[in-house]
Amino acid sequence: MVKVRRPATSETLAGRTWPIGFLLILIPALLPAILPIFYTYLLALIFVMGLLAMSLNLVLGYGGIYQFHHAVFYGVGAYAVALSITRAGWPAPVAFLLAPLASGLTGLFIGWFCVRLTRLYFGMLQIALGSLLWVIVLRWYSITGGDNGIHDIPIPSFLRQILPAYYFILAVVVISLLVLYHIVRSPFGVTLQAIRDNAQRCQVVGVNVRLHQLVAITLAATFAGVAGALYVVLERSVFPSMLFWVLSLEVLVMCLLGGWYTFLGPMVGAAIVVTLRTTAGRYTENWTMILGILLILLVFFMPEGVLGFLGKLIARVALPQGRQQEFKRAESAQAEEKVIPGRSSHE
Amino acid sequence: MVLGFLASQLLVGLSRAMILFIVSAGLTFVLGVLRVPNVFHGSLYMIGAFSAFSIATQLGHHPASVWVAFLTAPLVVALIGLAVERTLLTRLYQREHLMLILFTFGVTLVLNDLVKLAWGADYRSILPPPVLQGSAVLMGVPVPRYNLFLLAVGPLVALGMWLFTHRTRIGKLARAAAVDREMVALLGIDVNHVFAGAFLVGAYLAGLGGALVAPSTSITLGMDHTILIEAFLIVTTGGLGNIWGALLGALLFGLTQSLGVLIWPQFAIVFPYLATASVLLVRPRGLLRSVW
Repeated sequence: MVKVRRPATSETLAGRTWPIGFLLILIPALLPAILPIFYTYLLALIFVMGLLAMSLNLVLGYGGIYQFHHAVFYGVGAYAVALSITRAGWPAPVAFLLAPLASGLTGLFIGWFCVRLTRLYFGMLQIALGSLLWVIVLRWYSITGGDNGIHDIPIPSFLRQILPAYYFILAVVVISLLVLYHIVRSPFGVTLQAIRDNAQRCQVVGVNVRLHQLVAITLAATFAGVAGALYVVLERSVFPSMLFWVLSLEVLVMCLLGGWYTFLGPMVGAAIVVTLRTTAGRYTENWTMILGILLILLVFFMPEGVLGFLGKLIARVALPQGRQQEFKRAESAQAEEKVIPGRSSHE
Repeated sequence: MVLGFLASQLLVGLSRAMILFIVSAGLTFVLGVLRVPNVFHGSLYMIGAFSAFSIATQLGHHPASVWVAFLTAPLVVALIGLAVERTLLTRLYQREHLMLILFTFGVTLVLNDLVKLAWGADYRSILPPPVLQGSAVLMGVPVPRYNLFLLAVGPLVALGMWLFTHRTRIGKLARAAAVDREMVALLGIDVNHVFAGAFLVGAYLAGLGGALVAPSTSITLGMDHTILIEAFLIVTTGGLGNIWGALLGALLFGLTQSLGVLIWPQFAIVFPYLATASVLLVRPRGLLRSVW
């Protein structure tokens, strides 16, 4: 038996939350009926970025892997759709199926080299390999359009309206999240979390740590590719900054902002970032400063992210007395683990 | 003629490598001593360039104005860095890397918007000091004087860093803290002061890089993004925390790009990334010994 310690908050509550999950699907399905078109578009964008962030969180939050260049897989997915429609002239369904495949293979390839390393070294090698892909896309004008990107991608006509596009995106995102949820709760997912908590111990009891990490990276890259394809559905254009490192940082921020030890946290983080950009961005050019201050405050006062914080709050209020004790113990165990300074925590 | 072109490309690459080295040295020093992957290092570089622009234009046409900018702009940046370190970062040293990245990224967003407020989104540029304007002829090839100047400054900074880390008390302490901070603390030394000093030096180098690059490029928002990723790759190629590694990595990065122009101009910018990725595939922990 592997003991899973960290995700105490959301996981313990998840068993009783299926009606909430149902509402989480029903509300977005009904919202376009009352929302202006712009907000429908905004919501769709949130779902796309949220799926991207949640795919990252499979390796980051559940795997404890420093996936520093996740945007590459998103960009590869988007470009796979764009290139196979515009350059190869393949039908759209083929292009959409190709996107996750291409991203997954890229993930497998980059992950193959990276899993030999840990922590910061893992992240830096991934940045190096990912940036190589980015710079190739940026310069290969004859194929990728270089820094102009590719615009007006002829996706099927029924997806060019915002409403059908919205429901298409919603459906794909919901299915993806269900699959992700099952992955997280499967024996594989639990083992992944065990590796995050103590890789050495897992290795000793016979778990193939690197294989599990590689599979996780490939899966995460695949879902990032799905998000990339959905972005093309929404915007009908791609550009090289989708593979740029700054986007990776932004997605990382979404995970940490929403709560990287919770399942839906990254979606919340994506919602905050996207909403802030589009709404605050309309009133002030300096919306990024607001996000920056938010991040700094978060690091100091709410390091477990918004959902993590809410989960804690709910647990404190709603759990029966006996469970509360248990919860506090789990928390202090976490806290202890984090304050141990020195070399071991950095290697 | 071909040889001349080769020589001038070599010089361009080397002078670019010097800027990259100065910035990466600061990044790697902070990474080695404080274990902080400082994402706002690029913003400090940008602030260095903008400050140099403002100082130089404020002083007007006096021949020394750019020299004054070279001397003072990095100090401004160092003070900004120190302010962030003393007020906020110092409380976070116990936290894991992801939180530090999140925090420093937050600072990046704030600093970049402040730069936008202070200087606007226009392209700016300054001229090199009068002495360094124009070209000198070297072996029959015209060579920009400013590039020659950068070529001299790079080694000076390297020497300065060596003297600082080997000949001053705080520099030695910083090196010791990089290897084992608990031991340094156990010896009764206030590690906090060492950290503040190390961060000051790191920020100063970012500012110096920005000030020195200002006369040879257009100063603009977004110049922080490219330098940041380049500096991070250089630091990793050289070995985290190793200043000589940063020099090697910077040379690799600068030279592959400028020589790549000779081979395949359109893809010149791809070569340094290809080179660093190849090095990391063979030596994932960098060329030289990391202090980690």
